[in-house]
Amino acid sequence: MTTATTPVRTPERASAPAVTARKHRPGLRRRLELALLLGPALLLFFGFVLVPIGIAAFYSVFNWNGFGPLDDFVGFKNYSDAFGGTVFQSAIVHNLIIAGLSIVVQLPLSIGLALLLNRKLRGRAVLRALVFAPYVLSEAITAVIWSLMLQPNGFADQTLRAAGLGGLVHNWLADPGIVLYTMFAVITWKYIGFGIILLLAGLQGVPAELREAAALDGASAWQTTRHVVLPLLGPTIRIWIFLSVIGSLQLFDVVWIMTTGGPANASTTMATYLIDHGFKRYEFGFGSAVAVILFVICFVFALLYQRFALRRDTQGALTRMVG
Amino acid sequence: MRSGKFGLSMGYLAAIVVVGVTVVPLLFVALGGFRTTAQLNTDPAGLPGPWVFDNYASVLGSSAFWTFLGNSALIAVIATALAVGLGSMAGYALSRYQFKGREAFYTLFTLGLLFPLGVATLPLYLWLRQLGLLETFWGVAIPEAAFSLPVTIVILRPFMHAIPGEIEDAAVLDGTTRLGFFWRILLPLSTPALTTVAVLAFVTSWNAYLLPLLVFNDAGHFTLPLGVASFQSQYSQDTARVLAFTALSAIPALAFFVLAERRIVGGLTGSVKG
Repeated sequence: MTTATTPVRTPERASAPAVTARKHRPGLRRRLELALLLGPALLLFFGFVLVPIGIAAFYSVFNWNGFGPLDDFVGFKNYSDAFGGTVFQSAIVHNLIIAGLSIVVQLPLSIGLALLLNRKLRGRAVLRALVFAPYVLSEAITAVIWSLMLQPNGFADQTLRAAGLGGLVHNWLADPGIVLYTMFAVITWKYIGFGIILLLAGLQGVPAELREAAALDGASAWQTTRHVVLPLLGPTIRIWIFLSVIGSLQLFDVVWIMTTGGPANASTTMATYLIDHGFKRYEFGFGSAVAVILFVICFVFALLYQRFALRRDTQGALTRMVG
Repeated sequence: MRSGKFGLSMGYLAAIVVVGVTVVPLLFVALGGFRTTAQLNTDPAGLPGPWVFDNYASVLGSSAFWTFLGNSALIAVIATALAVGLGSMAGYALSRYQFKGREAFYTLFTLGLLFPLGVATLPLYLWLRQLGLLETFWGVAIPEAAFSLPVTIVILRPFMHAIPGEIEDAAVLDGTTRLGFFWRILLPLSTPALTTVAVLAFVTSWNAYLLPLLVFNDAGHFTLPLGVASFQSQYSQDTARVLAFTALSAIPALAFFVLAERRIVGGLTGSVKG
């Protein structure tokens, strides 16, 4: 390979015989190159992304504990069992609550904070870095940090009492009526910075002239924000909603580490249910069915969202989205 | 114009609140590691007094922490190298070769964006078991690379496509093969985009919890996220030590973030904005 760059070889390679030699079999050479370039990635992608999903669909129609032959064909029984079970039903509801809360609480909060922070503040760079810091921590570390902070009579409780808010103290991780909201708060802590940074980047794209023009026309700050800035943030907001909903549907790490879905399944999500049954209880057929359900829910949401919400953004908006 | 004095002070107020909420938990962990569990129990929100260095010293002196750190690093490096290596080759083929089915291949990869690893973990576990890859670093790194391919290709293809064709023509006239052009000219020119995708793949692998959880049983193979979670349940009575362990585990990610902030933030926001 390196020889081609040396001055001695260059004229030789550019000479007539070399060119004709290449002309003789351009098709074959090109095909070999393509296979060499594209083949490994395709192999990896098929082998470890598509094949497992196919395998799951196959296992999902069997009653199978993960060992021995696959001989107990049960058809769609695993699916009807999953949907018929109250725990899985409540898991779906929990995922939907988290997704709904993200949109109703996190989104306005992120937009509000981004609008407030979108000023020439001193220490802007440091601020952005700090706001973004929790996003780079793993969910595992986040979960451990918050488990420790939320211990009964721990840091959070003591701080609340010191602030005169002792009435707010709860059994954060052990009260079935509270635990799901605790999970939501932890997720919000971890991901709000991501939303803010995304929206701040979106705000950079709003031309100052537009705001000035609106202000000259007599629009109040609120009117300018509502009718000029927010519509221009539309694409950013739509992508954020997409990422947030997909993330909510797959919520696992934080819940598994903090409560393993408890107490009494009060914080079970589809993913913790899947791992609890499929992996811990060796119900691999059933777990595979749950995996397929989770996959189909995400897939259908993604397609519908792409079709109806993202379509008006730049073409290929989905393909530019990054998790 | 909108940034009047009132707006500016509201901005600072918001900044203080956001920074406080972000930083306080991190400070609690970092400072808690310098206290004793007894101190923590009597006054959870207090400051270290006296400062205790035993927790950090014992974590840093234990082999467990360094093992987890090494495993995480090794797996993340393999996953990143695979994703960026194979992804850039595929990105080159999909951006600068004309062939039938090119767009179909590209769409196939973009579909992968819809299958996050979490959804496929259980079947992946069964598949890895069949392949005999359980309890191996490859068993985690290869699937992570595979699931990072879509993002990698989606970012690299337009970037490589935008590099002027004249450069390629000139290279071919100088006698370079197309593969030589890829290796010696296109890849160096793509460094910014390659850095972005590498950082994304690395962070994703570094923070992964579910896949390593299923693949590894042997604590000697644990990655940091697994290690932190297991350390917490193992030493649940010794809060101070757990805090020290957690604080130390957070440092690599935070340090990496400080070094690569521009790439991470730019990669995420840039790719979302298009």
